[in-house]
Amino acid sequence: MRNPQLNGDGTLQHLLTIEGLPREVLVHILDTAASFIGVTEREVKKVPLLRGKSVFNLFFEASTRTRTTFEIAAKRLSADVINLNIGVSSSTKGETLLDTVDNLSAMYADMFVVRHSSSGAAHLIANHVASHVHVINAGDGRHAHPTQGLLDIYTIRHYKKEFTRLSVAIVGDVLHSRVARSLIHALTTLGTPDVRVIGPKTLLPTGVEQLGVSVHHDMREGLAGCDVVVMLRLQSERMKGPLLPSAHEFFKSYGLTPQKLALAKPDAIVMHPGPMNRGVEIDSSVADGPHSVILPQVTFGIAVRMAVMSILAGR
Amino acid sequence: MNLPDAEALCQELARRLRSGVTDSTGLVGIRTGGAWLAERLHRELKLATPMGALDISFYRDDFDAAGLHHEVKPSQIPFDVNGRHIVVVDDVLYTGRTVRAAMNELFDYGRPGKIELAALVDRGERQLPIAAQYVGATLSVPAGKLLRLARDERGRFSLRLSDAKPAA
Repeated sequence: MRNPQLNGDGTLQHLLTIEGLPREVLVHILDTAASFIGVTEREVKKVPLLRGKSVFNLFFEASTRTRTTFEIAAKRLSADVINLNIGVSSSTKGETLLDTVDNLSAMYADMFVVRHSSSGAAHLIANHVASHVHVINAGDGRHAHPTQGLLDIYTIRHYKKEFTRLSVAIVGDVLHSRVARSLIHALTTLGTPDVRVIGPKTLLPTGVEQLGVSVHHDMREGLAGCDVVVMLRLQSERMKGPLLPSAHEFFKSYGLTPQKLALAKPDAIVMHPGPMNRGVEIDSSVADGPHSVILPQVTFGIAVRMAVMSILAGR
Repeated sequence: MNLPDAEALCQELARRLRSGVTDSTGLVGIRTGGAWLAERLHRELKLATPMGALDISFYRDDFDAAGLHHEVKPSQIPFDVNGRHIVVVDDVLYTGRTVRAAMNELFDYGRPGKIELAALVDRGERQLPIAAQYVGATLSVPAGKLLRLARDERGRFSLRLSDAKPAA
């Protein structure tokens, strides 16, 4: 089946999901991001690549970190950035998604960065826009959050250098997590031999093993000897019905404490996509401790988003 | 066509550069060939200031048409460019567009005191008002041919001519 985000020559037209992207595309994005890290340390933190281009941040769902880092990334590439919080404007007046996109296209948009609570929203837009317009999925429902997956693997590569000997544990609410799905696809594509998901049965999707991961319900067993611990946010706003007894119970079983972290390798790194629920999935002493790379993840996210935007726009 | 010996040209370029540089001169090579050359010149001239390297991919004027180069490497300027004498080094000087991009990038690090240009080969056919102060040799190359520096595993230089469309 044709991958809608790739052009005939294998280059990226849109970034919708990491699933199905070849290893070379992922490595190219990571290498390009590494070059952008240097740009952010200079006197002038801008390059002229996207001069004259308009990037529309289309956020149908609340976001601070992702929207802000996309905005900074686009501005450092010299693009003009227009931020729209659609949740509080057109869609509440009844405009359809594609009508909104058509109107913004009429304002000469070159790129859409889309966050939507419905899985597949970015795909829908990508299939609708003109061929010179690029779409980046900034999170769609439970489906995918590819730039978060990319910044996660950038972070892992930065600290651990290579993937082929790593054990990575992804802990918590995998069921509602588009971050987890994107990360799992990225890790397996890059040849990570041991990817584990840890969580209660009610918060793991059925058939998650088919993604090439091992499943653990016991935190101690799952964390043993791993190099990377990725904690997920407990997404109470996406939960319908009684999946959990209480946040307190969850912390007792699956919250990352110094005692549980001690079971991982001594040089293990701890990641979290944010926003964190301290005392629910992660203890403050771990979040702020020496193993935590949670804030570097945010900084790397800017360079990774610059890389994605410049690779898409340069055709 | 007969290509000159790149090693001999490199010696000639080093000889010409010697009188123009001081210990505070910053040598900046343009990746990839120019960075190899700057590395060699930096060693031969025993310059005190560490050398820099630029990857001009983010400053190219053909980005819209050609996209991003597939192997972008980080630029590294390990000295303060403000007020400094800088010699930009490239293997082959042709249209001048690469040098334009390199100068734009340098100015994003600060305000250099003076920028000069050294090239192993000047093949003419400029499209911008740019000239090199230090040149190993001038050479006429048919349009549509790509001339570039190659480096073997022992670090020896040679010039290569190919049919690939020259990147500006």
